[in-house]
Amino acid sequence: MSARSSLPRSVAAHGILILYTLIALFPVFVIVVNSFKSRRAIFNEPLALPTRETFDLIGFQTVLSQGDFFQYFLNSMTVTVFSLFFVLLFGAMAAFALSEYRFRGNTLTGLYLALGIMIPIRLGTVAILQLMVATGLVNTLTALVLVYTAQGLPLAIFILSEFMRGVSDDLKNAGRIDGLSEYRIFFRLVLPLVRPAMATVAVFTMIPIWNDLWFPLILAPSEATKTITLGSQVFIGQFVTNWNAVLAALSLAIVPVLVLYLIFSRQLIRGITAGAVK
Amino acid sequence: MAQRKAFRWHIVVFLAPAVLVYTAIMIIPLIGTLNLSLFGKAEGGRVFVGLANFATLFGDPRWSTAFWNALANNAWFFLIHMLVQNPVGIMLAALLSSPRLRMAAFYRTAIFIPTILSFVIVGFVWKLILSPIWGIAPGMLDAVGLKSLFAPWLGREGTALTTLALVSVWQFVGIPMMLIYAALLSIPDEVIEAAEIDGVTGWSQFWKIKLPLILPSIGIISVLTFVANFNAFDLIYVSQGALAGPNFATDILGTFLYRTFFGFQLQLGDPHMGATIATAMFGIILVGVCIYLFAIQTRLRRYQF
Repeated sequence: MSARSSLPRSVAAHGILILYTLIALFPVFVIVVNSFKSRRAIFNEPLALPTRETFDLIGFQTVLSQGDFFQYFLNSMTVTVFSLFFVLLFGAMAAFALSEYRFRGNTLTGLYLALGIMIPIRLGTVAILQLMVATGLVNTLTALVLVYTAQGLPLAIFILSEFMRGVSDDLKNAGRIDGLSEYRIFFRLVLPLVRPAMATVAVFTMIPIWNDLWFPLILAPSEATKTITLGSQVFIGQFVTNWNAVLAALSLAIVPVLVLYLIFSRQLIRGITAGAVK
Repeated sequence: MAQRKAFRWHIVVFLAPAVLVYTAIMIIPLIGTLNLSLFGKAEGGRVFVGLANFATLFGDPRWSTAFWNALANNAWFFLIHMLVQNPVGIMLAALLSSPRLRMAAFYRTAIFIPTILSFVIVGFVWKLILSPIWGIAPGMLDAVGLKSLFAPWLGREGTALTTLALVSVWQFVGIPMMLIYAALLSIPDEVIEAAEIDGVTGWSQFWKIKLPLILPSIGIISVLTFVANFNAFDLIYVSQGALAGPNFATDILGTFLYRTFFGFQLQLGDPHMGATIATAMFGIILVGVCIYLFAIQTRLRRYQF
């Protein structure tokens, strides 16, 4: 034990961290609190908690009757879940091939796939749109799933192959002696062992997909395929003066990501500190 | 032992889906975009124009004013991130990693929350807070007697870009914090103990021992910030619109690309000039990444424990 973590030092550390936590959470607090208040209360006392007189759900009622938010939410869910599934499956398969086998072109393939970490897929938008028009995939969720799968793969492969190098060879060889095929070794032995890494990759892949505005705006802006991010952007544009509705829409858009984050955050921090992204 | 094996089909099966999707949706369109920038519009089709589009973009005043404006704004946007986001992230990580800090997990989780929010939410909530009409910001400044300091920051040409850059810093400071935090945790205890025995503690321990050890992580964060900033679009679009007002003061390369490609108001979209701008952005990002890989990363000293 050392005497250096003296009281003033730790008070100062807590002080700075609490201050920054307040800065980080203040805007979220403002939105959520005000979405439950009447219009007059929003303007008069924007920082007060809703009381019995000022409590009002008019904003949520407007949102649920005007925008097709349930459909948007479903679209976002569909796109995110399918993209995530393909990124994790294809990414893990490729990472396994790169980390497990020695073959000609291994390093080169790894570099080729890692290129996408540094070069953003958005720069190819012009040609991606042409491709989607040519294949008739504009305004379909399939287009978004394809783009997000390609976008998520490079980082997923990079992180997962780092992890797969750590899986014991003895275990895999024991499996081979028992006559398991390479596919079974991958699905039965290796995949369950890298599950923590998969969770880290899942969080890193999911957040940008859920929050993306660029590709939904360009590839799938139709009413039937709007994601919740695009839907709330359009809704805000239309209801700019209806503050109750806008604040309620924002609250509804925050809740799903927040819940997912709180579920996964422990896993995320473990994955980062285990050296996944260094 | 027979070294000769049958062709290992399973390697192909494992690699094929990822390589195919990645090549078809990412690499080919990227090359297609680079290629498209070499063509111009002609009657009934397109015509090869070589580098003429680039000459127009850099030299023709109708295009070059907007381009250099966007590039300069983008550079300023990046500079603010480097000067504010990364130092603040490092400071928070250093505080979080101090030994026996209570509630560290709570702070970490809370400070990362803005990062998971969508740009739509972030752009709009800061517009509300900074709005002179609703006025949470003026009200709060009034409460501490500083009301005279308030200005409609997002509406003024001189301050709009800096304000938006700071909003973006607020949103993303969690990323450098997390990565540096992980790097600080991976410094072995023996190194720290040795420093303490030599009497190096507190501030000087951070500057002399820890900072040199986390320099590689700071390098990676800088290049990630660079790529993300020169590719940014969403925050400006949701808070200032595609016109990046006031008077293009917040126009960056991403919004410029969007306007050019899709058109706005009366101007029609132009895929060829759009592709030219995308190619220019590609070049800028490539140069930045190469400078990092060859000039910075090779000179960073890495320590093996």
